[in-house]
Amino acid sequence: MPTLALEFPPIENIVEWPAFLFEGTPFAFNKIALGYLIAVVATLAIFMLAGRRRALVPKGVQNVAEASVEFVQKGIIEQAIGHGGTPFAPFLTALFFFVLFNNMLEVVPGWQMPGNARMAMPIFLGVLVLLLFVAVGVRSQGPGTYLKNSLFPPGLPKGLYVLVTPIELISTFLVRPFSLAVRLFANMLAGHILLISFAVLSAALWVASWQAIFLPLPFAMLVALTGFEILVALLQAYIFTILTAVYIGGALHPEH
Amino acid sequence: MIELLAQAAASGEDAIAASEALSSGFAYGLAAIGPGIGIGYLVGQAVTAMARQPEAAGMVRTTMFLGIAFTEALALIGFVVFILLKFA
Repeated sequence: MPTLALEFPPIENIVEWPAFLFEGTPFAFNKIALGYLIAVVATLAIFMLAGRRRALVPKGVQNVAEASVEFVQKGIIEQAIGHGGTPFAPFLTALFFFVLFNNMLEVVPGWQMPGNARMAMPIFLGVLVLLLFVAVGVRSQGPGTYLKNSLFPPGLPKGLYVLVTPIELISTFLVRPFSLAVRLFANMLAGHILLISFAVLSAALWVASWQAIFLPLPFAMLVALTGFEILVALLQAYIFTILTAVYIGGALHPEH
Repeated sequence: MIELLAQAAASGEDAIAASEALSSGFAYGLAAIGPGIGIGYLVGQAVTAMARQPEAAGMVRTTMFLGIAFTEALALIGFVVFILLKFA
């Protein structure tokens, strides 16, 4: 619908990309999949470059890698898992960087499509985290005890379990992966649509006649929102990682 | 007669489209109220806590982000409902 002589692109045009490789097969490859590949390669590149020449006094990419590992260790694992969390440091660091690079593609000029604005990767990561924390719980407590601890939280009157057990079942095994996925997906899609709205408005005013005097307003907003989206990308990667750590910590140390 | 029926059908489709547009707007608008109040209260309390006890700021900040993540989820589900109503 035209507003201000301005045609907003339909949603298909801003999140759906045609496949350019193996079209029609289950392995169809489009811009989104290429973005996932870029995120994987960038994550691998940082840590392989940093790990190849280990200097005593780090500089360059080694600094980035060491600072981020320390951040995950101090800021996420110690806060959310506690003791016994160190084995999860590689997984959580890789998860953080993968989600971060996927999000950051939103503000890369010329690319501008966050991989996480499609539901595929968030729901995959959500299910992966679900499988991981169930596996951790089963391994550290045994299957029976883990189910008992997560479905029948101790210290409640017997009658309340009629109410609590279904809620715990749904909230632990369904809502957790779903809300992890939806949080990441909706944040990135909302940011993507927000940036597109102001970009479309700027473009429409650029070719408008006298209304072009209003051009600085949406353009300034676009620049400010790009900065804001970088912040959101970082924050969402952090929140995804720390929630994963919280779920692993809950499976590792049951409440008494 | 047929013309009238076609007209009625067309206006029925218009009415459906209009109510979809209206309800998708309401869906997100209403979904944003609660989390808006919640996040405002949460961050305000976190700032109070940090101001009173600056040495605990790190722990408060981590917990604050966790709380924001859980509170915000409701607004985001509202946003997804908006997208589904509007475009799906």
